[in-house]
Amino acid sequence: MSSPIPAGPDRKASGDGISAATAEKPKALARPAPDKLPAWADYALLPLINVVAAFVVSGLAVLMVGANPLEAVKIMVFGALGYGEGVGFTLFYTTNFIFAGLAVAVAYHSGLFNIGAEGQAYVGGLGATFVALALDHFLPWYATVPIALVAACVFGAAWAFIPAWLQARRGSHIVITTIMFNFLANALMVWLLVNYFIQPGTMDPASRPFTEGASIPKLGGLFSLFGADLGAAPLNLCIFLALIAAVFVYVLIWRTKLGYEMRTVGLNPTAAVYAGISTSRIIIITMLISGALAGLLALNPVIGDQQRLQLNFVNGAGFVGIAVALMGRNHPVGICLAALLFGMLYQGGAELAFDMPQVSREMILVIQGLVILFAGALEHMFRPGLTRAVNMISTPQRRRMVEAGEASR
Amino acid sequence: MNAADFLDVVNATLRLSTPLILAALAGLYSERSGIVDIGLEGKMLAAAFSAAVIAALTGSAWLGLLGGIAASLVMAMIHGYASISLRGNQVVSGVAINFVASGLTAFFGQAWFGEGGRTPQLPMTARFGEIDFPGAQAVADVPVLGLVYSHFISGHNLLVYFAFLAVPATWWVVQRTRFGLRLRAVGENPAAVDTAGISVAWMRYRALMLTGLLCGVAGTYLSIAQSAAFTRDMTAGQGYIALAALIFAKWKPWPVLWTCLLFGFLDALSIRLQGVVVPGIGAVPVQAIQALPYILTMILLAGFIGKAIPPRAGGMPYVKER
Repeated sequence: MSSPIPAGPDRKASGDGISAATAEKPKALARPAPDKLPAWADYALLPLINVVAAFVVSGLAVLMVGANPLEAVKIMVFGALGYGEGVGFTLFYTTNFIFAGLAVAVAYHSGLFNIGAEGQAYVGGLGATFVALALDHFLPWYATVPIALVAACVFGAAWAFIPAWLQARRGSHIVITTIMFNFLANALMVWLLVNYFIQPGTMDPASRPFTEGASIPKLGGLFSLFGADLGAAPLNLCIFLALIAAVFVYVLIWRTKLGYEMRTVGLNPTAAVYAGISTSRIIIITMLISGALAGLLALNPVIGDQQRLQLNFVNGAGFVGIAVALMGRNHPVGICLAALLFGMLYQGGAELAFDMPQVSREMILVIQGLVILFAGALEHMFRPGLTRAVNMISTPQRRRMVEAGEASR
Repeated sequence: MNAADFLDVVNATLRLSTPLILAALAGLYSERSGIVDIGLEGKMLAAAFSAAVIAALTGSAWLGLLGGIAASLVMAMIHGYASISLRGNQVVSGVAINFVASGLTAFFGQAWFGEGGRTPQLPMTARFGEIDFPGAQAVADVPVLGLVYSHFISGHNLLVYFAFLAVPATWWVVQRTRFGLRLRAVGENPAAVDTAGISVAWMRYRALMLTGLLCGVAGTYLSIAQSAAFTRDMTAGQGYIALAALIFAKWKPWPVLWTCLLFGFLDALSIRLQGVVVPGIGAVPVQAIQALPYILTMILLAGFIGKAIPPRAGGMPYVKER
């Protein structure tokens, strides 16, 4: 904890820069080592196995309360994808989870575990609300929303700045500080809502409703062109913003100098220092970007859906981001897919609680925890067995062909 | 604030610090052995639920306690398997345990009992009741000493005494026994412990068993001693406060006691000051007092009041010579 970088699982194993670099890029090796998984297995099969394991264990819990897990899955899938409104809600949740997943993943690439996306999103909503309340009477939505977007980013980033600074300059562990900042965000927001935003004469701690001047167009019209009826689903333009953010993160991490420096710090901080990279600068920049992405999340529920600032509007989406990032292997494509899965879980889970009263919504929390457990903490459980299995299937002959192909390249 | 208020606040402080002390000591064993434990919250919650359910089914507080400890131990061993045997990321594992515990307790609570995950109300016989020490009533009127004896020392439940005795016990174990020496060594320099022929993994598993045991008592205290039922997410962040207290106490048993008493006092005060208007200041923002433990710990972490130096090998899986 005293070192500027939280220790990753392989920190001890990869003491020098070379082995760390090769661990990250299996393709850069001259030939596939026997204990390495091929990329398709590493990035598709292994996450799939982890998710299946999480679902199997959750299924056991469903069995224990006397319900049929397969029936539950059927209801969930139909609830999430079976009709227009369900799809709309699924994609609405997906939007939140993409932002949260990206926020966690960006930090992870620098070796930082940002548990604070929840609090950063909460405070980001405060920034968006300030702008909305100040401008919604004077400006049209397309002028208000970009300013609110910037404000959400700035507030989210600001909330991430202090933990980042403490990690970079004082060596205090970012996990601990971001956890505490979640609680501090909660205390701050409750205090502000109860004492300042609350409308006179009401008991509901929420800001006044925004006018049309601070709203984000829903996608109901767009979908109706294709004959789908989204009903009351709050799906809005934010989903495109989320996809743009995903592209941005891809370009940032793998196509820019800054991203290269971030990954270097994440894989081997000692090597990064020798390469002339300032780790404290990278830590702070990374956390600012991560916090800004978390702050963006707030636009979707606050301006896109509820159109006012409410207590606890993030509702755990920031924590879902941890599961999404781990399952998506911290890659934007994986994150979008994992976010979609969790969007389906959240929407389908709501339907499920309706149809099967004994299976409550908290089932999703169990699945979420198990995904974090299997994809994150127990990632080495299935890997050795899978590696052996894959190597057994791919015959020695094929491996020789691969070697020959790699050599002639 | 008059004398009765003062007595109330002191007693509330003792009641509210008890789970913090137990959980923070639990974290102490784990973290001094080099295993970072974010999952105190989850273990407490699982224990609280299990204790409440078993106490409700059997009508026995002691079986409830056993059930609570068992649930917490299972969680601790999952954490151990992930972070010791599989060398996974300890922080991720702890986070996962918190979510799984929060989800499972609410899920089973709702499925089995309905009522939003609340377990049945326990009768006094299925709980840890208050113990009146001999002669407490008789000396209650004696100034100072009698007052202290009858109000502060007597009249708590068994688990409160357990928590306060666990502090010197932990100090003794960690500082004065062979096990404690090895525990500290394995958290600072596992390679040296390994060289001495002691199994690093076994040491850490044993530390985590103690963590599971103490978290189990902490959770049990919440559901069947302090209250009479389990309610959804009843730990309400106390596991994290205990973690903050552990850091604030620099991973040492006696400072853990003082810190937990301070944090418990802040909690008692914030309940007491709800809606109270202090002359000159106005209404005290309760949220500010509730946030104080975190703010104090942040200030410590920033290095403004001493420096919190964690066990050196904390968070790093141990890999034998390769």
